[in-house]
Amino acid sequence: MTRVFIARDAAALAVGADRVAGHLAQEAAVRGLDLTIVRTGSRGLHWLEPLVEVETSEGRIAYGPVTPADIVPLLDAGFLGAESPAAGHHPLFLGPTEEIPFLKNQTRLTFARCGIIDPLSLDDYRAHGGLAGLTRAAAMPAEAIVEAVTLSGLRGRGGAGFPTGIKWKTVLDCPDARKYIVCNADEGDSGTFADRMIMEGDPFVVIEGMAIAGLATGATKGFVYIRSEYPHAIDTMTRAVGIARRAGMLGTSVLGQGRSFDIEIRTGAGAYVCGEETALLNSLEGKRGVVRAKPPLPAHKGLFGRPTVINNVISLASVPVILDKGPEHYRDFGMGRSRGTIPIQIAGNARQTGLYEVAFGLTLGEIVDTVAGGTATGRPVKAVQVGGPLGAYFPRALFDTPFDYEAFAAAGGLIGHAGITVFDDTADMLKQARFAMEFCAVESCGKCTPCRIGSTRGVEVVDRIGRGIEPERNLALLSDLCNTMKFGSLCALGGFTPYPVMSAVTHFPDDFVAAPVVEAAE
Amino acid sequence: MDRHHVSSDLATSVAEIVSDMKHLEGPLLPILHAVQHAFGHVPNEAVPMIATGLNLSRAEVHGVVTFYHDYRSLPAGRHVLKLCRAEACQAMGGDRLGDRAKNRLGIDFHQTTADGAVTLEPVFCLGLCSTAPAAMLDGAVHGRLDTEGLDTLLAEVGA
Ligand SMILES: Cc1cc2nc3c(=O)[nH]c(=O)nc-3n(C[C@H](O)[C@H](O)[C@H](O)COP(=O)(O)O)c2cc1C
Ligand code: SF4
Ligand code: FES
Ligand code: FES
Repeated sequence: MTRVFIARDAAALAVGADRVAGHLAQEAAVRGLDLTIVRTGSRGLHWLEPLVEVETSEGRIAYGPVTPADIVPLLDAGFLGAESPAAGHHPLFLGPTEEIPFLKNQTRLTFARCGIIDPLSLDDYRAHGGLAGLTRAAAMPAEAIVEAVTLSGLRGRGGAGFPTGIKWKTVLDCPDARKYIVCNADEGDSGTFADRMIMEGDPFVVIEGMAIAGLATGATKGFVYIRSEYPHAIDTMTRAVGIARRAGMLGTSVLGQGRSFDIEIRTGAGAYVCGEETALLNSLEGKRGVVRAKPPLPAHKGLFGRPTVINNVISLASVPVILDKGPEHYRDFGMGRSRGTIPIQIAGNARQTGLYEVAFGLTLGEIVDTVAGGTATGRPVKAVQVGGPLGAYFPRALFDTPFDYEAFAAAGGLIGHAGITVFDDTADMLKQARFAMEFCAVESCGKCTPCRIGSTRGVEVVDRIGRGIEPERNLALLSDLCNTMKFGSLCALGGFTPYPVMSAVTHFPDDFVAAPVVEAAE
Repeated sequence: MDRHHVSSDLATSVAEIVSDMKHLEGPLLPILHAVQHAFGHVPNEAVPMIATGLNLSRAEVHGVVTFYHDYRSLPAGRHVLKLCRAEACQAMGGDRLGDRAKNRLGIDFHQTTADGAVTLEPVFCLGLCSTAPAAMLDGAVHGRLDTEGLDTLLAEVGA
């Protein structure tokens, strides 16, 4: 029997993975071939999706991107030959998957199993190192678990980079009987998909991380708040929680050790601001997703007023490997105060798009030029937006910035959730600045005037600059407006929208010069 | 189809949904999702029923329904096409696809074609930024869309 692996990750489905799998199954049946198709998460080589991997004695051999029309020629070329790659001359032949440089050069700690295992097989999960972290944690006192997470240097991957161990310690120190773990799976940032990929490709690692967080803080209930735009992730996570519960990984006695922890999956309702932690808590409570003033911190008074750990999906999914391999193993990767690995998501106009997990410290230029291989269109790179819709646009002049929280802040930007969106030289940066303001206006929770009103004014001012109306005065106005938003907003939606806007103005001034219009045109 | 229930059915269904889910911690969003799933929108008549069931004011429930982009107060067309308007898709020509869809359908974003076939909605990222530009048609995902791909989707929904 030959095993073939095809992803069922949404990015693979979006480019036809189901049709490819269907065609292969059908054609194999016609030919009487003994074939099992395993649907996995994605390896993260998204420009090669649909990727088809064939199990051989020399490991998995990859072909991609495969279309349904390629199936017959691939079968004719003998690509199912189990011994060695029999279809080595086929144009879609990529060789052993693990030898593809994009994958080979990664350090996969958090995404170690993603794309390899059947996401909903707990046996696969265990066979590939799953549950080792939780097993260790279940035998440790809460303080020791928190200590390990603190030592690892793990910082929140949702954007703010707050040390995870310190957050957990605050909740552990609260005497309350009822506490919560909330997994922030709202992933609203454009250019990011790491949360989606891990939930679809290795859901048990998220569950394991949450269970460890529960044991570490004394919380007995967890919620995963997943954005409604992610139906596949919602489905996979829901099924995984059911499987985990039946297997005793969740429930009244986690792994039979007597401590209780359970998880509920909740669906968002299409509001970007609900990724902000306090807005998310309001949303879970059934309220409008309005941002809360801090203090109190969620760690003290969070969900339903109880002490609450709220962490990003990737923060939580990184915890099992820390407990399993030890905090030093994780901490020894990285640079400066950015420890461990970061799943960089390469999006937009890049030749090699996908997920690249690597230790902190690569420069932006290495990521864009070497890892991503430049643009998909083959045109020069003009700008790279790092960190989602609230992240700055970087010009080539700043490509020596190392991927590190502090270095990005010093360069006038942010890492955020580590999405990088590449634009070629046809991009119009005035249009991008306008979009940033428009997005803020659409998604503002409405609590602060600079965010709610300022963003709408911002769109108008950018439009006037675009039409060449009093450009100097309007550019000064835009800068003032950004200052007001930056310092007068309660949360980073209003507070950080100036990053994309002002970085566009500063680094790409030519795009903000329009031919002056004659009065009559107004 | 269940979205064509008459109003007494509506009262029964909403009451059932509320009683099934009110034990949840923070039951309002799950209830609104269930109501929208059953009726294709959150009918105005459902708001006071949910409010009573949860001991909330009508204004509170109304405030929540209107806050979130997902909840509709009117039914959508028979098909819903969501086009991603966010940055990674912009970088791959998403704006041009948006313009084409609007032209072909003769509507703007947030509108439904006169024959009730298609509702066109903007979405800010589908997490398919590595296979941009992306869209979702009735819950199914589509990536690397070009003009031809978009036209195929539009043809599928009869436009
Ligand atoms: C407007 C806004 C949107 C946010 N969206 C997300 C999100 O989608 N996912 C996320 O994990 N954090 C998001 N955050 C950050 C959260 O507020 C919070 O810092 C994070 O959930 C903490 O988890 P971490 O420490 O594990 O990163 C957002 C913040 C703001 C201001
Ligand atoms: S900055 Fe905007 S989104 Fe954030 S709290 Fe204020 S109004 Fe709400
Ligand atoms: S007054 Fe609230 S943002 Fe300025
Ligand atoms: S930006 Fe379009 S799918 Fe993410």
